[in-house]
Amino acid sequence: MSHAFRSHSVLPGFNLALGFTLLYLSLIVLVPLSALFFKTATLGWSGFFDVATNDRVLASLRVTFLTSLAAAVINAFFGLIVAWVLVRYSFPGKRILDALVDLPFALPTAVAGITLATLYAPHGWIGQYFAEQGIKVAYTPLGIIVALTFIGLPFVVRTVQPVLEDVEAGVEEAAASLGAGRWDVFRRVIFPAIYPALLTGFSLAFARAIGEYGSVIFIAGNMPYISEIAPLLIVAKLEQYDYAGATAIAVIMLLISFALLLGINALQWWTSRRGVR
Amino acid sequence: MSITIENINKHFGTYKALDNINLEVNSGELIALLGPSGCGKTSLLRIIGGLELADSGKLLFHGEDVEARDARERNVGFVFQHYALFRHMTVFENVAFGLRVKPKKERHPDAEIKRRVHELLNLVQLDWLANRYPSQLSGGQRQRIALARALAVEPKILLLDEPFGALDAQVRKELRRWLRRLHDELHITSIFVTHDQEEALEVADRVVVMNRGKIEQIGTPDEVYAAPATPFVYQFIGNVNLFHSRDHAPWTQQHGDAVAYVRPHDIDISRTPQDDTALPVEVKLVRAIGSIVRVEVAADNSCELIEIELSRERFDVAPLVNGDHVFIRPRQFRVFGEGVKSELSAA
Repeated sequence: MSHAFRSHSVLPGFNLALGFTLLYLSLIVLVPLSALFFKTATLGWSGFFDVATNDRVLASLRVTFLTSLAAAVINAFFGLIVAWVLVRYSFPGKRILDALVDLPFALPTAVAGITLATLYAPHGWIGQYFAEQGIKVAYTPLGIIVALTFIGLPFVVRTVQPVLEDVEAGVEEAAASLGAGRWDVFRRVIFPAIYPALLTGFSLAFARAIGEYGSVIFIAGNMPYISEIAPLLIVAKLEQYDYAGATAIAVIMLLISFALLLGINALQWWTSRRGVR
Repeated sequence: MSITIENINKHFGTYKALDNINLEVNSGELIALLGPSGCGKTSLLRIIGGLELADSGKLLFHGEDVEARDARERNVGFVFQHYALFRHMTVFENVAFGLRVKPKKERHPDAEIKRRVHELLNLVQLDWLANRYPSQLSGGQRQRIALARALAVEPKILLLDEPFGALDAQVRKELRRWLRRLHDELHITSIFVTHDQEEALEVADRVVVMNRGKIEQIGTPDEVYAAPATPFVYQFIGNVNLFHSRDHAPWTQQHGDAVAYVRPHDIDISRTPQDDTALPVEVKLVRAIGSIVRVEVAADNSCELIEIELSRERFDVAPLVNGDHVFIRPRQFRVFGEGVKSELSAA
């Protein structure tokens, strides 16, 4: 029975490593998450249903997931370009640019939020030009997208970059010598190779954006039904000592996120089964 | 299709990769570019294939300047050392790639593509692998697929960059014979790059020996082995012993200060001096390798080893053991030196 999961390996300690992994994941992830569900359970089904169907909650969930999706899509596209440039070209200052990509990881998100809000405010450095066109960025869902794009950028770049480095130049040259144009080379040769990594980067950026709180609340304006994100609603409920209500929203977010990530993983599994390896 | 290369130069920074290369490749010929790594052979191949641009010089296919055409317009098949197969495509799709990316007007219908791919897979004897992925193939199979892929677009010229470089000795040997047979069947003008002299001599119609960005010699395998034009070719192709005239090669005296190049199998060994120019030596090592026996000797006043190859029959007639004192004398040698034009001499 215990041998069923065991594969012979030169490295000993399978049992120990597996045991440790399970314990560690339980402590770090599983216990807090189940606590979340237990707390929510104190509401009962009807209570939970009330929270889940509340207009304001639904609106905030819609804002959260749509802005996150938009930001992740933007990041997938431009992150790919950034990764491409960093891998394929050498130019002065490349290392600095490369280091710059990680900055959104390091910066306190509140600082990022305040900075972005100032820049994109109607009288800010960047916001004023949008204002001339009649576009309001800060304090609208658009502002949320800007903040989430900022937060998620490193995920796509850092997942695609190493894979892109791995695509040998020979493959592109082979394609070219077979008569493929630049677009064909990208579409048929390079993109299929980096697609799984791009999808991973996309889902990481997406997941990160869904949970983002610090940077968004400063730029969002937080108008109920328009630019109020679900995490903010959770905090609001916490401040009113409505712990069960807060965890209920969290549970809903968790379930949706889980379903989405599962879907993305399935997509990845499906495409990789058709292709590579 | 014939290839004409005129005065081609190529620099990488300050490094001169190709120095005024001139080469004429006849239609249907199989040419080997042979030389040590860094001699410029791969650069030359890549320039012909359009993967790299020459700094100056002319490149003509069948008398037509192709400098302005890039790789996809040259109709050249390219085979890479590391296969460069598309990992996410099946073997079938790899071979079909060149047919599928053709402009819509020229593209064949699917059934025709299918037929041609299977025809090519049969040609490389791997039709049974059509639905596998490259990672499931052995090195030799991958390279055959890469070749089938290159042939799919019916190239007029086939360029192979160290095609067997990544394979082990046995597969290498097998594949190069197979390549030769394939070439005899298809007659596509082919150029392959190699640093393996045995490979070049065995497969090619003509061998171009390169060194430091220059062509040292162009000739048939027999010519470059039997009549090397330069000391470099002598040393690069086959083994050779060097005799300095002032030290221990009295038979080169007539040439002044010079160096004589002697193949190991062109040396006679005798227990008695053949004549007054024979060199007295001591046997240091005797080793039988298959059909030949390799004997290493050193002149009495020197520790430099001289390598001699004897056929086993010949060795059996007069066996040697370590420590024997014998005399050697070259049957044939070539002298290179200051003011001496290379000439083949029979002593």
